[in-house]
Amino acid sequence: MDQINRNEDLERVVRMQGIVKQFPGVLANDHVNFDLIHGEVHALLGENGAGKSTLMNILSGLYKQDAGTIEVHGKREVFSSPRDAIGAGIGMVHQHFMLVPSQSVTENILLGLDEPRFRLNLATYEAKIAEMAERYGLHVDPRAKVWQLSVGEQQRVEILKMLYRGADILIMDEPTAVLAPSEIEELFRTLQSMTEKGKSIIFISHKLQEVMEISNRVTVLRKGKVTSQGIPVEGSSRAELARLMVGRDVVFRIEKKSREAGEVVLSVKDLKATNNKGIRALNGVTLNVRSGEIVGLAGVAGNGQRELADVITGLRKADEGQVVVQEEDITNQSVKVGINHGISHIPEDRTHVGTAPNLSVTDNVIMKNYYQNPVGKGWRIDSTAATDYARELKKAYEIMVPTVKTSVRLLSGGNLQKVILAREISSLPKLMVAVQPTRGLDVGAIESVQHLLLAQREAGAAILLISEELEELISLSDRIYVIYEGKIMGEVKDGNIDKIGLMMTGTQLKEIEEGEISQ
Amino acid sequence: MSDITTENRGSKNLFPFKIKVEPRLDEPKGWYSALLSFLAVVVALLVGAALIGFAGGDPWASYKHIAKASFGSVGVFSDTMVKAIPLMLTGLACTIAFRMKLWNIGAEGQFFIGAWGASMVVLLPVLPEDAPRWIFILTMLAFGIFFGALFGFIPGFLKAKYNVNEIISTLMLNYIAVEWNNYFIYAKWSEGGFQMSRMFQRNAWLPRLADYAKEYPIFRGLTTHFGLVFALIAAVVIYLILYKSQWGYEIRLIGDNPHAAEYAGISIRRNIVLVMMLSGALAGLAGMSEISGVVHRLQGSISPGYGFTGIIIAWLAKLNPFAVVVVSVLFGALILAGREIQPTGIPTMIQGVIMVCLIASDFLLRYRIYFARRVEE
Repeated sequence: MDQINRNEDLERVVRMQGIVKQFPGVLANDHVNFDLIHGEVHALLGENGAGKSTLMNILSGLYKQDAGTIEVHGKREVFSSPRDAIGAGIGMVHQHFMLVPSQSVTENILLGLDEPRFRLNLATYEAKIAEMAERYGLHVDPRAKVWQLSVGEQQRVEILKMLYRGADILIMDEPTAVLAPSEIEELFRTLQSMTEKGKSIIFISHKLQEVMEISNRVTVLRKGKVTSQGIPVEGSSRAELARLMVGRDVVFRIEKKSREAGEVVLSVKDLKATNNKGIRALNGVTLNVRSGEIVGLAGVAGNGQRELADVITGLRKADEGQVVVQEEDITNQSVKVGINHGISHIPEDRTHVGTAPNLSVTDNVIMKNYYQNPVGKGWRIDSTAATDYARELKKAYEIMVPTVKTSVRLLSGGNLQKVILAREISSLPKLMVAVQPTRGLDVGAIESVQHLLLAQREAGAAILLISEELEELISLSDRIYVIYEGKIMGEVKDGNIDKIGLMMTGTQLKEIEEGEISQ
Repeated sequence: MSDITTENRGSKNLFPFKIKVEPRLDEPKGWYSALLSFLAVVVALLVGAALIGFAGGDPWASYKHIAKASFGSVGVFSDTMVKAIPLMLTGLACTIAFRMKLWNIGAEGQFFIGAWGASMVVLLPVLPEDAPRWIFILTMLAFGIFFGALFGFIPGFLKAKYNVNEIISTLMLNYIAVEWNNYFIYAKWSEGGFQMSRMFQRNAWLPRLADYAKEYPIFRGLTTHFGLVFALIAAVVIYLILYKSQWGYEIRLIGDNPHAAEYAGISIRRNIVLVMMLSGALAGLAGMSEISGVVHRLQGSISPGYGFTGIIIAWLAKLNPFAVVVVSVLFGALILAGREIQPTGIPTMIQGVIMVCLIASDFLLRYRIYFARRVEE
């Protein structure tokens, strides 16, 4: 008995117990337990903000836990820096690579190491690295400069960097998010060959299909808590994992008057667009929003939501497809054309896109009507009219700020969002694109933002609500589309969270329904 | 969380308090900013005094001399203003560009091209030699502004179209401008082989106060020229543009947050080109006013770096057009009187110290510093 227990302990290369990490306003990890068995690929599944990255940042020494213990190879460890973690054999490959573009692969791998001490004998190290790359099937030329490499190759360099430092436990933070399909296959082959050679891998992801394909066991996190710890992938169904991930919380219902939706205001047809890295982010999106309804767009972050909002509002060019607002094709027109067609936009990023931090409240609320009466007159801005307008909005939207001359950088998140909402709603929009309108706000602010959105629905605006908060989507929306890898997976009208969860992780609605019939 | 605590560990036992620094959560009052700038200048002068003392001079006597040599009489004050005029204009040129976070380092080159354009009117010649004075001046004004704007257009267009870094392009264009000028003063418009053009005829000169000495004897010998009026008008115009116009709103919005500007439907590219042109036009106007008001001929040494000093002035004036006027006068005084104590060296050093102090004082606008009693932990 004793013998068996000890064998099990030796097999468990990582054991984290009761990990607690508190950030201001969020409990990122709430008594999380996690263990990793020698030679396995262990997936860490969860939505954005579920606490996956926090947990792994603790394991890799970037953060320090508030409570809980970490054992590596059966030994209690306290990491105060990533250097300590790598010393214990734990290496993390981040989603954003940390490489010097102008240096060679070898130079990047050696960067920060104590060797070589004096003479940079690159040839020796190049040979060493080439040999190591060969062994694990990580094909990359050690002499190539990093900027010449594809994203997949750069990722291999990151992995090599960790292996070279003696890591036998690799944490991969959403490694497939940046890769093309063929590169994903190659990555999976590499992971396979590494586990065969005795490495253990933690695979962070929210893509169920990949998790099922590559991993042996899976731990699911939801809102900082473990909903299932280390269950074997074999034998669990996709539906089950999806449910564990999105949860089954009691959805709080918001008082919502029933209302017949009117005519179609926004119609998006077969839209295709690329993201900032030049990768296809929208892969033929078709949807419509009618007046007097809130249409939700659900999806895990990075599945094309931001790009869709950008294309509709004119901030990004579409490669193909159409954006029609009130029967007028405004595809690839300027932002101003969109504004003049009654599109208002609550951007995802309040501070970097939605407002100008060092300008006053007044200057921020006139952002979209500074050239129109009564604020704009001829070539000039009527500052009295602008101030009056700002004061009016401050009162109507209860923006808590001493005067309208105050710079908005001094405002709290909730008040900043009110400034944006005041501006966007007072233009009497026909179509409102709201991206994550309540993220990061406190309960009171969330409520007032939601009520403002509902009031717009009453007033007959068409609202496209893009959010990662499923409860909010379900309670506010009349219909919900689910987007996955730039495609609409389907549409639900009854707020069926199981279906949404499955679609968010890459199952078509058709498949779900077929499955139901066959059952 | 967000406050920075600085502790002097070595003096832990000596002082029962610690200095805490935290970001201001409210807007400081207008007078606070002015007072701070004033105190910064005082501190800088004290540091300068120490420097002079260290070099073996008498700080008090030196300062007294500087004050006397720049503000001591109407005559020297007039000379101070002559120095201040081009500084005002180049300072305004930098102000408008910097407001949009467009780093025009090329006011010097635009100054030279503006001067060249204005000279062309006389030397090409564009106008007959005996054309009336007001036509001459207006034409030279238009040419100076036009060529300055054109020279600003080049880096503006390159940035808007190909995202060429304007710092590099404007800096390099400075050399081109100087050499372009040199070509003309050495080869084309050289007077008898000297590296300068001929003296402009009187009807191409900007009126000076001294010109009216007959009517008003008090103006005798005063060199302040009509460029001062140009500079003051320019300051008012830039003020109106920045704070009262829709265009100025766009400029300030782009300067503070280009993403927000784009989101509000404002064309950033268009404004890059326009603002660079306006900036170039102002620097070009500075060149015209200098050539027509002071030098009266095209030559190599028309600017002791007015364009570069304009950068410093714009910064010190915190990009406020009226403050640019005041700061320019102070700098004009330093340039003029500094030369009397030492051609270079201490006066330039004092300029530097003033700048460092003023920029450092900005920290106090953004942060609050207070002493907190050290609580034993």
